[in-house]
This record gives sequence, C-alpha cells and structure tokens, in this order.
Amino acid sequence: MASIDIHGIRKSFGTFPVLHGVDLTIRDGEFIVLVGPSGCGKSTLLRMIAGLEDVTAGEIRIDGKRVNDLAPKDRDIAMVFQSYALYPHMSVADNMSYSLRLRRSTKEKIASAVGNAASKLGLDPLLERRPRALSGGQRQRVAMGRAIVRQPKAFLFDEPLSNLDARLREQMRAEIKKLHGDLRATSIYVTHDQIEAMTLADRIVAMHAGVVQQVGTPLDLYDRPANLFVAGFIGSPGMNFFEGRYVASGEGAELQLANGATLPLGKRLGIESGSVATLGIRPEHVVIADGGALEAKVDLIEPTGFGIIMHVTIHDIPMKIFTLDRAMLNPGPNVRVDLPRDKLHLFGTEGTRVD
Amino acid sequence: MRTSKLLLTVAHRLAILAYIVVALFPLFWLLKVSVTPNDLLYSEGVRMWPSRATFEHYEFVIAHSAFPTFFKNSLIVAGSTAIAVTILASLAGYALSRFNFRAKYWIVALMLITQMFPLVMLVAPIFKMLSPLGLTNSLTGLVIVYTAFNVPFATFLMQSFFDGIPKDLEEAAMIDGATQFVAFRQIILPLTLPGIAATLGFVFTAAWSELLFALMLISGNDAATFPVGLLTFVSKFSVDFGQMMAAGILALIPACLFFLLIQRYLVQGLTAGAVKG
Amino acid sequence: MTIAAHPQAVRPLKKRIADASEPYLYSAPALILIITVMLVPLALGISYAFRDIQLLNPLSGGFIGLDHFRALSEDQAFFRALRNTLWWTGASVFLQFLFGLILALLLDKPFAGRGIAQALVFLPWAVPSFLAGLNWAWLFNPVIGPLPHWMYALGIMDAPNNILSDPHLAMWGPIVANVWWGIPFFAITLLAALQAIPRDLYEAASIDGAGPVQRFLSITLPFLAPTIAITILLRTVWISNFADLIVVMTNGGPADRTQIVASYIFTQAFKRLDFGYASAIALVLLVLLLAYSMLIVLLRQTLLNKG
Ligand SMILES: Nc1ncnc2c1ncn2[C@@H]1O[C@H](COP(=O)(O)OP(=O)(O)OP(=O)(O)O)[C@@H](O)[C@H]1O
Ligand SMILES: [Mg+2]
Repeated sequence: MASIDIHGIRKSFGTFPVLHGVDLTIRDGEFIVLVGPSGCGKSTLLRMIAGLEDVTAGEIRIDGKRVNDLAPKDRDIAMVFQSYALYPHMSVADNMSYSLRLRRSTKEKIASAVGNAASKLGLDPLLERRPRALSGGQRQRVAMGRAIVRQPKAFLFDEPLSNLDARLREQMRAEIKKLHGDLRATSIYVTHDQIEAMTLADRIVAMHAGVVQQVGTPLDLYDRPANLFVAGFIGSPGMNFFEGRYVASGEGAELQLANGATLPLGKRLGIESGSVATLGIRPEHVVIADGGALEAKVDLIEPTGFGIIMHVTIHDIPMKIFTLDRAMLNPGPNVRVDLPRDKLHLFGTEGTRVD
Repeated sequence: MRTSKLLLTVAHRLAILAYIVVALFPLFWLLKVSVTPNDLLYSEGVRMWPSRATFEHYEFVIAHSAFPTFFKNSLIVAGSTAIAVTILASLAGYALSRFNFRAKYWIVALMLITQMFPLVMLVAPIFKMLSPLGLTNSLTGLVIVYTAFNVPFATFLMQSFFDGIPKDLEEAAMIDGATQFVAFRQIILPLTLPGIAATLGFVFTAAWSELLFALMLISGNDAATFPVGLLTFVSKFSVDFGQMMAAGILALIPACLFFLLIQRYLVQGLTAGAVKG
Repeated sequence: MTIAAHPQAVRPLKKRIADASEPYLYSAPALILIITVMLVPLALGISYAFRDIQLLNPLSGGFIGLDHFRALSEDQAFFRALRNTLWWTGASVFLQFLFGLILALLLDKPFAGRGIAQALVFLPWAVPSFLAGLNWAWLFNPVIGPLPHWMYALGIMDAPNNILSDPHLAMWGPIVANVWWGIPFFAITLLAALQAIPRDLYEAASIDGAGPVQRFLSITLPFLAPTIAITILLRTVWISNFADLIVVMTNGGPADRTQIVASYIFTQAFKRLDFGYASAIALVLLVLLLAYSMLIVLLRQTLLNKG
C-alpha cells in the first residue's frame, strides 16, 4: 500500500488545457472519490496517475517516489475500467493471473492468489469461462479480481459500476466497500453517482473544469460546500439558490431579492453590505409549516415513493422542496414554508462560501 | 397487389439467377472442356456436357508437364508474400491505429499515392534495379516486389481491424505489467486473428494472380509462376485446349479456397482499401 | 531542490526518444520496403524518360533530353493507344458500375439463400485476372467456345468468327471479360454503402407516402452518391492501367486495335526492351492521370460550393 502525492499537475491535449494545476495528497489506505461533471478531467487525472497519459507539468509521487517517467507497468497500480477491458481470448482465471504471469510468479503463488481473489469475489465456479459467457455483474467482478490478485500499491477505478443496472450497482457498491475494509488499499474512484461517492469515500474530491473545488469528507461537502459549484453538485435534488444583494441591518442581515422582497439571514457576515450574494438551502431542509414566514406557490408534485419532491415558486424564484409528509401529495395551491437559519448556506460575489 | 408483389419476387429471383449463370458460365465451360476427350472436342461443338468425360488432361498436366513446378513456384511466391505482407502490415497498421505521431499524415499520404500511380511504370526500373542483384529470374525477387506492392493496402486493412479493438485492452495489459509491444503481441494480435486471415487471403490472391511483373522478371521455366507458365504454354501449344483448361482449373483452386476464407471480410476489406482490384 | 520547483519538462531524454520513436519502429519495415521498391523505381523511371536506355544495347544510357517526347508526339501508335484507353476505360467502368449497382440493389434485402447467392455472384472476383482473360479468350474462340456460334445463331454476327481477331470488334472481348470480372467489386462496395443507410429513413419516407421510385431517388441515391463518386474515380484510374486482360487476350492486336497505353508501355519494355521510351510514355500517362484526378477534385469542389 502506498500514499500518493499529486503536485501542481497540469495536462493539455495539444494546446487544449484540461487540468489546471491539481494538488492532492492521498494517505496510505485512503479511499478517495473523484466527482465532477462530464468532461472536467477526472478520467484524465486518473490515467495520469496510472501512467497512461503523459504529465504536461507537475509531479506525481507514489510512496514518495517520483513516477512521472515510469511506464504503467512499473508503477505497481491496478485499474478497473468502465468497460472492464477483460481479455476476450482468455479464461477468467487467465485474465486474473495475467499480471502475475507477466511478472513470472511461481505456479503455486499464482494459483493461491487467483484462488483467494476468486473466493473473495464468488468467482470460483466461473474460472474456466470466457468473458463472453459472463453477465455484466460477473464481468465486473472479474475486473475487480484482476485488480486485487497482485496486491498493488493502489487501485484506480474509472466509473466501474456505471454499466450495471441499479440493483446490481447497489450490491457491488456494498461489496467494494467491504473489500476495501478487508484490504485497506489506497483507492481512487471516479463516479457520477452521488450515493457511491457519499457511501464509499473517506474523502471526496469535487472537480470542475480541470480545477479541484473542494476536498473533504462526504459530510463536509454536504454540510459545508466550499462554493456554489460544490453546493449545486452534491445532493439530489440539488440545492435551491436565491440570488440577491446582501444588506447588513442592525444586529442582523438580510438578502434583497430582485423583486424587492427580503429574506432575513439571522447573523451578519464578513462581506460588504450591498454586495451580490447567493443564499442556498437544500430541498430537504425547507420546512413546511402553517405558520411559515414565506408563501410558496405549488407548481408540480413528484412522488418518489420514499418522499415527495415539490416544485414551488417563492418570490418568483422556482425552487424544490423534499418532504416525507404524504399529506403533501395533495397540497393546496399554496403552502407556507420556513427556511431554518442554521441550514442556510451563503456564498459571496465570487461564489465562495462566506459564513 | 398480391399478384404484383409475387411478380416482383419472381422477377427478383430470376434476375439473381441470371447473374449467377453469367458469373459461373465461363468457369463451367473451363471445367467442361477440361474433361472432354480430345476426339470429341471438335465434333461435339457447343454441347453443354460431353457424351464421355475423362480425366486424361489432368493426368497429363500433373504427370508430364511443368505445371506442378509452376504451381509450386506460385505457392511459394504467393504464400511467402502473404506472410511477409501480413507481418509488415500488422506492425504498420498498428502504428497507424494506435499512435499519434508527426509523420502519420505523411505515411498515410505516401501509402495512398502508391495506390494511385500505375505500377506498369515500374516494370522497367525494377528490372534494372533487380538484375545486378541477381534477383531477376528468382522467386525471391518476385516476393520482394509483390510484398512492397501489397503492403500499403494490407496496412489500411489491418488498421481497420485494429481500430475495431478497444484501446482499453492494451491499457489494461500495460497496467498489468506489459510493455506496449508485449500487449500488442499477447492481447491485440490474438484478437485480430480473423483480420490476419483476411489479409493473408487478400494478399495471397493478389500475388497468385500477378502477371506483368512475373512475365518481365522471370524468363526460364524453373522460376516461372503459374500465370507465366500457362501463358507460355498457351502460346506454344495452343491446340491442347483440354490440357490448358485442366491447368486453368488447377490454378483456380487455391484462389477459390482463399476466396471462401475471406468471403466474410470482402465488404470490410474493400471499403478499407477501396482501390484494389 | 530545483526539480520540485520546476517539475515540467524534465523527462529523461532517453525515455523521450524511446517514446517518440516507437510508432516509427512499427512502421519502419513497411516504409523502407515501399520506398526502395516503389518510390526509388518511380524516381528512376522518371529519369529514364530523359535517357536512352535499351537493355540490349550496352552503349545506351546517355542523357538525351526530350528526344523520347519528340518521338512520342509523332508516334501514331501512342495516340491510337490513348484513344483506345479512353474507350476501354469508359465502357468498362460504365458497364461494371451499372451492373454492379443493379446487383447491389438485388442483394440489399434479405431473402432465403442470399448468402450462397452472394458467394456465387462474387466468385469471378477471385478468379486470377490472367485466367479470366484466357477463359474469355477461349469462350470467344469458335473452335472451342460457344459464344460465336450463339451470336451467329441470334443473327448478331454474319459468321461464327472470333471477335478478338476482328479489328472492329476486338476491343469488346477484353471489355466483356473486364466487366464480368469487375462487377463484384462495384457490387460489394455499393452493397456496403447501401447497408449503411439507416433503415428507419425508408420507413419514415414510406409513412410520408413516398413510393419505391421516390424512395430510391430521394434516399438511396443521395446516400450512395459519395461512394459512387469515389469508387468511380479510383476505378477509372485503376482500369485505365489494367493491362493484364489485354496482354493475355489480344496482346494489343489485331493491328494495335486493342492496344491501351498501359499495355503499350509493357510491350515497349517487355518486347522491345526499350526502357527509356517505355518510361517516357509512363510519365505522360502519370501526368494525364494526375490531371484527371485534379480535374475531378476541382469539379467536386465547385459542385460542393454551389450546393
Ligand atoms: N485523447 C484526448 N485528446 C484530446 N482531448 C481529450 C482526450 N482525452 C480527453 N480529452 C478531453 O479532456 C477533457 C476531460 O476528459 P476526461 O475524459 O478526463 O473527462 P471526465 O471528467 O472523465 O468525463 P466523464 O465523466 O464524461 O468521463 C474533455 O474535454 C475531453 O474532451
Ligand atoms: Mg471519464
């Protein structure tokens, strides 16, 4: 196992810049999840760590050793691809043992390593099959097995579960978590799935347009998103935003909306009165109460089974509310709501958190 | 409506049948004359099948003529060419499919140009170049020339097969501990076997059929390939029709075998090359 | 440590060279062969055009400037060969294309036995060209082949003669053989293009009320047009250089009536061993073909700009 240090990494394809200086320190045994919108450079970063892409500038160290110029084979890391990339002309056992055979391990060692991995992943009855004859979930498992047989310094996963159906994904997610609990291997995991990110990560790295936006534990990112991007990206349905002008008044402060209405903020913030600011609140934190301070016009009701997503308009601004109250399946044309002050997020002119 | 549909279907099948008849008739005639005894050849004229069939022409051709030598020479030339071309084209096709490098554009342009200019232009200079090296009248010389002529097309063909194999596989192999060349040999090549078979087939057929350079570069019987041998035979003994056609049928066999092998890839192959006859 | 402060561009030289040279290593063998066996002779051939190179004359080899081209401009046989080339290429390409397109359309829709029918109609493509030539020469031979007798019986010909020895008809022999041999090429190429047309387009057109003819004109033809254009362009060049059938069937005769430029070059080199003159003709042919290709490209460009 190993730590990974990424220092000032930049990447351009030709003249097209993709990563703009990424810094990240990953501790030994940590499980890091990379999230971000499509095209923000997650795969590129992962592939640079693997050695599949050249580093334009910056430095990558694995266990303190600079690896920029090492070929993938010399970095001692394993990678699970989105497509699985199983070798179609080899049996499951051969797929899993390929790396060991390339390293000329002894027959006994190979057999025991493959046997261990297979029993961990429940692949024993499939060892002689070709990948073609496996289901998607089984292929995924073989790809995992291929990664764990050789006990590499680190695991890299690029959206490993995205080709599976929802049920299987849930199951594999739990298995990956269990596996990580067993092996305690340093892992970097790219995903689009919020729940995977929240449940698996020791720390989440949120990226946008080739820049790291925030690094922190899942709850850090959920409770205290560092900027508007992370606030909007983490959580589903996404956070509601009210844009307005920050006005300090007496002990407290308020946000003046475009239509002239104001939202009280409770406390004063360290920004200049009169500057542009954005207020955010998660749909699940909006409280529906008869005596609520704000009136919300109900536009649409989306029952999800577990709860209800209500699309409403407050002060001409569309927003969403998530509630578990079944009575809201048939609300009146209007409901009254409160925005609890301790659940508000405030972002300054630049979009960074200011409270 | 129903009857017009039926009529259309019948017309369609008849048209297909007409094409098949036209395609096969010349070959059928070759076969027919090759089994017609000499004494019936002229007397029975345009009959579709002789009243008495014989294999005597085949026996003569196989036992008493130089055709077995020609056949062997052609097999050696076409086989060696096919193998050499496939190896070179696999390597070059892999480079074109997998790497982005500065000269790639120029290499592709060069290979396309070689497909455009008339090869007959090269007859004289190649003869001049090969004769001081002792490579005229030699099978080796023919193999070198044919290999060069076929490499560009085969490279494009192999490239199209490599393009069909996901890049992930090599990357997985490289992470598993292989160099790019080992990944190429152990992962990619085995997966390209059908493509390799198709390339072998295309090149074999082309080399088996080549006439002009063989005529120019080969003069003696010893190194004559089948086309050269058959043409010499025709101009010398142009009355032994039965024997000539028996020889022709023999020359057809390997080409047809390879045709069956590559039939499935015809569409892909021709769109990859799009220039080759 | 300065390296940590400026980590860029410190890849060891050795690795950089190794990385950059890898694709060249893969393509080098093929390239070297192509250059030595095709490009060097091409350059040599161009130089021969300005030299006196006769294989049997040890004194030849001198530089003679444009003498070959002067001779060429007065060579009636060459101009006849040019006209024959036009005729041979035009007729062959047109007929191959026409019958190839019909065949591709016939094979486009699945029917019982399509696989085997396809294999059979494509078989001529596998026949070695010299054998195709001999085969048809024999079919046209009244001693051994049925064609003259049939044509006589149908009243197409006055007597069951060999058209290959009739100066007015001889060119039809190689053309027929070429069409027979080349239909599969067009059919295969066009079939591939046909099958790449999305099927739901036809369905949408039917729902919109288009009949079969309209569907062909408004969907099939526009989709095939690029393939047709490029195939015809390449095929024209290829066939105009394709001398095998003529060398085998008529050897340019009777009375040079079937001599095309390519076979004329071959005859000059092979029979007269006059490499200099052969190369001069080849150079003229190359220039003509280049001009033809440029013309087509320009034509395409102007058409595209208009459209
Ligand atoms: N080989 C390449 N050549 C040029 N541009 C590339 C190449 N690979 C990736 N890119 C570009 O780099 C950017 C980042 O790509 P990357 O694959 O890292 O995104 P990603 O975050 O993994 O997206 P996704 O979530 O869709 O997988 C994209 O804009 C992409 O177009
Ligand atoms: Mg990606």
